Amino acid sequence: MIETDRYAYYPGCCAKASAKEYDATTRLVCQALGIELVELENWVCCGASSAHSVDKLLGITLPAQELQSAARLNLDLVASCSLCFSRLKIAAHELKNENIRNQVSEILNEKIPANPRNGVKHLLQVLESHMDKIPLKKPLKDLKVACYYGCLLGRPKEIAEFEDEENPQVMDKIISRLGGEPVEWGFKAECCGGSHIFTRQDIVLKLSHRLLYQAKQAGADCLAVVCPVCHSNLDAMQKSIDAEYKDKVDLPALYITQLIGLAAGLPVKKLMFDKLFVDPIPLLRRKGLV
Amino acid sequence: MARVGVFICHCGTNISGAMDITRVVEAARKMPMVVTASDNKYTCSEPGQASVRQAIADNKLNRVVIAACSPRMHEPTFRKAVAAAGLNPYLLEIANIREQCSWVHAHDRKKATDKAIELVKIAVAKVIRHEPLYPREVPVTKRALVIGGGITGIQAALDIANAGHEVVLLEQEPTIGGRMAQLDKTFPTLDCSACILTPKMVDVANHPNIRLITYAEIKEVRGFVGNFKVEIMQKARKVDHTKCTGCGTCWQKCPEKSPSEFDLGLGNRPSIYIPFAQAVPAKPVIDTDHCRYIKYLQWVADGEQGKKPPECRICEKICPTGSIAWDQEPQTITEEFGAVVVATGFQVYDHRHYEEYGGGAYPDVISGMQLERLMNASGPTGGEIIRPSDGAHPKTVAFVCCVGSRDQAKGRTYCSKVCCMYTAKHAIMLKEHDPHVQCYIFYIDVRAGGKDFEEFYLRALDDAGAIYIKGRPSKIYQDGKKMIVLVEHALMGRPIEVAADLVVLATGMEPRTGADRLAQKLNISYNTYHFLVEAHPKLRPVETQTDGIFVAGACVGPRDIPESVAQGSAAAAKVVGLFSRDALVTDPVTSVVNRDRCIGCLLCIAVCPYKAIDCETTRDKRVVAVVNESLCKGCGLCVGACRPKAVDLRGFTSQQILEEVNSLWS
Repeated sequence: MIETDRYAYYPGCCAKASAKEYDATTRLVCQALGIELVELENWVCCGASSAHSVDKLLGITLPAQELQSAARLNLDLVASCSLCFSRLKIAAHELKNENIRNQVSEILNEKIPANPRNGVKHLLQVLESHMDKIPLKKPLKDLKVACYYGCLLGRPKEIAEFEDEENPQVMDKIISRLGGEPVEWGFKAECCGGSHIFTRQDIVLKLSHRLLYQAKQAGADCLAVVCPVCHSNLDAMQKSIDAEYKDKVDLPALYITQLIGLAAGLPVKKLMFDKLFVDPIPLLRRKGLV
Repeated sequence: MARVGVFICHCGTNISGAMDITRVVEAARKMPMVVTASDNKYTCSEPGQASVRQAIADNKLNRVVIAACSPRMHEPTFRKAVAAAGLNPYLLEIANIREQCSWVHAHDRKKATDKAIELVKIAVAKVIRHEPLYPREVPVTKRALVIGGGITGIQAALDIANAGHEVVLLEQEPTIGGRMAQLDKTFPTLDCSACILTPKMVDVANHPNIRLITYAEIKEVRGFVGNFKVEIMQKARKVDHTKCTGCGTCWQKCPEKSPSEFDLGLGNRPSIYIPFAQAVPAKPVIDTDHCRYIKYLQWVADGEQGKKPPECRICEKICPTGSIAWDQEPQTITEEFGAVVVATGFQVYDHRHYEEYGGGAYPDVISGMQLERLMNASGPTGGEIIRPSDGAHPKTVAFVCCVGSRDQAKGRTYCSKVCCMYTAKHAIMLKEHDPHVQCYIFYIDVRAGGKDFEEFYLRALDDAGAIYIKGRPSKIYQDGKKMIVLVEHALMGRPIEVAADLVVLATGMEPRTGADRLAQKLNISYNTYHFLVEAHPKLRPVETQTDGIFVAGACVGPRDIPESVAQGSAAAAKVVGLFSRDALVTDPVTSVVNRDRCIGCLLCIAVCPYKAIDCETTRDKRVVAVVNESLCKGCGLCVGACRPKAVDLRGFTSQQILEEVNSLWS
């Protein structure tokens, strides 16, 4: 049996840079819910968009290392970033192929098992299974949240094994559990532009603007996000989006862990709202949450 | 003394391509009791059969082994050939060296040859022990049941009735007419659907040979070809149709309205209703889920909890003939039939499965069938095409083809066949309704395979000016009053967006819910989508593997109206052919009980799937099993279950099977 309140944790590169607040609040919230996260030793980049675009084998080998580390711990591996999650899932899927498994085993100089006992989970799935344990100190009353899952979390369906790829529900369930109001909107699982931010900013501005616009149309006060890449597009780029589309979006994008921490009454200082580009404090103050 | 002849077929190169036929022939010649062995390019052909007949006569053969394809394919053919030569047709055995040998062992010539020799050897050993069997005759009840009152069932019922036979037409809804009654116009001729359908509905109602049973379902089916016994469950209408004149006072006055199934929720109907004006029978039923009085009765039965609902009973008060029958309960009717035609048709795929198109949440994203109702002069809007959300007249209409068809992600790989054409029809009709409408049609391929179909498609393009865009939309969302369709324009290779006032999803066909359960009751097959399976997709398209049960129309697969009508007529022709005989010959391959050995444990009754075994008391007061040979299908389950080995299967006796096994050791 794989333990259900102890997980191998793969923070991903963003955790050490642009998404420090996500990493910190993930650890904080998990601790509050009695989930033990064991950070993988000597973890490396999952390869993100770059590795597999230039070399398929490299794109599999990098996450295969993390899968092996987790297997040695005999724990399910949890990733908080949707892109890392996707790469880990795809690697686990590709490693079912004997030919690829042998190649990667040779590179890593380590025998990769054909049927590993442990699996890969996204942080959301872990949070969902522990949702009942959230201490509801400060319910997110009247806070209308647009849950944004991003396009990678559920796709491809057969490999991600997540939820309905077009209309996932777990984050909405968590927001309801926190006393907030998840809004119905059609862009939960649409693309934000992802890593095109480095090469084709125009694409990201267009797609992310559409997301923010639609969330506002649906009546959202803020976005709940589960991926550092999506987050930087939707949060850090909001100024550029406003400039490009002559709009005034002003829609804070918070990590789901920050919202859970807030509702659970964790110290606001530790939730690191100051790391966000679009300051959520005025909103939270209006709603009487800080 | 058995004199066996062995005939080995090449089946062109199907068999000979994978093995050494000469070696098989030579080996066969050396087998015990074999008098002659020969090969033939096509044994099933007339010259092939003639050579078998000739060999029987020349060599005074009294047993025949044909080594060829599966007995499912040609056993009847060769039985006839053997009978023509004067032998009992059951003194034949087929060695299947095609499906079970050459086709599966094409990669290893030597082993395939060895296996073929063994299969022939087994057949020879068995046929030596064969005994002549004689078929029996059973009478035929010349009365047909047609299940489903859509255009297919109507056509089948009328054709059988016109041939002079009694027909019961069974329909689960309150009226016949089926899906065709909901359509506005039909492609590619644009004739009015109701105008060509409703006269046929009236013909059914007035035909002296047709008895119509609406609002009823099949409960149980027993028996066999020529002698089916069917239990029909007549649902409670709460209206006595023997008294009702269909005057319409009740449904005009009923105060409780609910969404109309016939108008797909676009309009309302009262709780005592006929589904549409030309319904047959034109007599109402009461919707017990919504009727106020039924709700009141429920409230009383629940112990009068909460607020007292209105008692209503307006229909009862105003009915001039006193037809309202609150105490009417479902009834079971038992009828006997000689043949059954299944024509249960299709239902429209539910587009709520498409979350990317709003999952049914957007009022202005509708199905093709809903548009039919909006365009129809007797529809909820009186034929005015308006947006369900705000009643505005749409000027830009987007059509999405292949919703619920050709989509592996949604588990529907098949093409629904009619959607391309009905979308073209919609584009043409919309332009006729309002010349300012611009249609955009998103398609994967335009499939216009049918008489005048391509011309009709060109009419949508050229005359109606519809813009066809190749690509399956990835997303539909609302922006203010507009519906935005995102799609990759596959020919330009880049994403585009179209803002439309109304989006019509060309939803595909799927079998009616419950088609699988009905098939189980009838003992016929269905595929993974629950479409019924015909006996042969090309050569026996309206027959099934169960004799006397026929299938027609869209319950077998997506069909348009002409095809459904043709199939209804085809099934009727099969039924009439069956009824042209006074008696049917039954297969003598059935089980038989040795009464001296039977200990009366009756385990065989419990295992028999066809309810073919019963028991009786002998003169010395022992209980023994007895087989009804008309019902027995020769499956042999009872043989396996019988502990004292009192049951045997004619044509597959335990002794014959043992000889087959023994032959492999000798």
